[in-house]
Amino acid sequence: MSVRESIARVQNSLKEQPWRLYASQISVLVRNEVRRNLFSRRRIWVYLLALIPVLIILTHVLFDRHEPAGLSQIENDTQVLAIIVQLYYVRLGIFFACMGIFTWLFRGEMVERTLHYQFLVPVRREVLVVGKFLAGAVVAIALFETAVFACFYLMYSRFGSAGRSYIFDGPGLGQLGSYFLVTALACLGYGAVFLALSLLFKNPIVPGVLIMGWEAVAPIFPAWAQRLSVTFYLKHLCPVSFPVDGPLAIFAIVAEPVSPFIAIFGLLCLTVAILVLSCFLIHRLEITYTAE
Amino acid sequence: MTPGARQIVFENVSKFYGEVLGVNKVSFSLEPGITSLVGPNGSGKTTLMNLLTGLIKPSQGAIYVLGLTTRQPVEFFRQVGYCTQFDSFPPGTNGYDFIYWPLRLHGFGHDQATKLTNEALERAGMAQVARRKVAGYSKGMRQRIRLAQAIAHHPSVLVLDEPLNGLDPMARSESIALFQAIAKQGMHVIISSHILEEVDRISDRVVLMSSGYVVAEGQIREVRREVRDHPMQILVRCSNAAKLASAAFELDHVVEAKILSDGHSVLVRTRDAEQFYLLLNQVVSGGLVEVDAVAPADDDVNSIYQYLIGSDGSPT
Repeated sequence: MSVRESIARVQNSLKEQPWRLYASQISVLVRNEVRRNLFSRRRIWVYLLALIPVLIILTHVLFDRHEPAGLSQIENDTQVLAIIVQLYYVRLGIFFACMGIFTWLFRGEMVERTLHYQFLVPVRREVLVVGKFLAGAVVAIALFETAVFACFYLMYSRFGSAGRSYIFDGPGLGQLGSYFLVTALACLGYGAVFLALSLLFKNPIVPGVLIMGWEAVAPIFPAWAQRLSVTFYLKHLCPVSFPVDGPLAIFAIVAEPVSPFIAIFGLLCLTVAILVLSCFLIHRLEITYTAE
Repeated sequence: MTPGARQIVFENVSKFYGEVLGVNKVSFSLEPGITSLVGPNGSGKTTLMNLLTGLIKPSQGAIYVLGLTTRQPVEFFRQVGYCTQFDSFPPGTNGYDFIYWPLRLHGFGHDQATKLTNEALERAGMAQVARRKVAGYSKGMRQRIRLAQAIAHHPSVLVLDEPLNGLDPMARSESIALFQAIAKQGMHVIISSHILEEVDRISDRVVLMSSGYVVAEGQIREVRREVRDHPMQILVRCSNAAKLASAAFELDHVVEAKILSDGHSVLVRTRDAEQFYLLLNQVVSGGLVEVDAVAPADDDVNSIYQYLIGSDGSPT
């Protein structure tokens, strides 16, 4: 069969797919999974992960009696916010939350012995992967963008008019937009990685820790290898850089500059590639609860 | 070539879990009606059902359901409903949602899904408790809500793994009536069960399994014929059991004639039932004994199963 015939065959196959049905199935899956994941007692630790910096900043705002010292203090707090987002949220908070949320999408259902219900409905397994991934992404993005916004608001609200001026007339709003973008992309990237790991391994915790190690040491590898890490792309989208020394240096990324477009496109490509891999892996999955 | 559009076909299907045998070289085809899978624990009944519905993949061979395979999940699962033995439910779900949301995944709109949900709940006798959390259901209620989910989309093939487990006699009888009604509509109903007496009563055919092998398959009487060389048991209740037993022993094909504890019944094991019935006619017409009742004692699944599988569960 020639390449042209193969392409025509794939095109015909794609045309024949019931896309409207798939879209409605994804919508139902997302609704159900969001309800199960977002409003669940089992997810309290994820809320805590997201809210720890918010609580620390809130405590600071409530109990720090010193008068904010103008623009220099704002710049100082901007650095603190950058550290919170880049080091805490991207490296730890979102990483572990995505590990909890996305590995549970399939592996959790195996543990609860309920995955067979998903496999006995007229839903393609690829649709199941996409639906569950989107549900996990909605939960993670909603949670962490809310947390980042809360940090941002608390950080600048105490400066009164100077804070408002920094946000609306200065770089504040742009920085918030960048943080939202970084947070969303981190959720998508880590989410796809952990979803795939949960389909590859019965216990994805150990490979998850290895991924964390990889994200930390990737900067010392050649440029092509660095592109296989999530933080490689996020680094270039962060609006504020900060000097890193001492124990924090272990998290520092030294990478060649990449345009924001390449960073966003690259991370989305990485996410899609991992999701395609997950679609292949899901076909291997069998319901053998006794082996769990 | 794709097998018949009305049949369920297993073509040389084997399943191994590592080195452990699930089922081995299973080949048969089923016509619509009630088919029972019978066998002891570990004989491969659930494995066969899980293979049929794609929850596990065969190590070799192929399975066709109405000409479809699980590689066409959208078409396949519109035709198939499976009530598994897994007694687990999505956390926090209630009976109504447990049926309604899978129907939405079938592509039904809200109104149609609501109608089908209510209909399934009614058929399973669960309408009154549908809004309660499944976690608070009794075992029998959980069994029935799973059954309701399996039948809600009106499948052409209904697969039921031990569906009568945990049901009280009333619910059991209602479920059996439901299976029979579904089968009468020209659908496939495949049931696995240990309750052999009930399976015997409702089945159009049986598949007898042992240690991962299908040891016999067909209508109960056909299966009985398959083991023709095995002595058949006939129970005779009469006025003089000793005389009848003595007369029976004179026949070559009678291998055993046992007088039962009531003193009025004889259990005869014979290799030629027709010859024995002739003898019985002669005995009665000669006035030696008066016969109250004659019945084949092993023309049911249980007896055939005992013949074929033996006490240790291994195939004979």
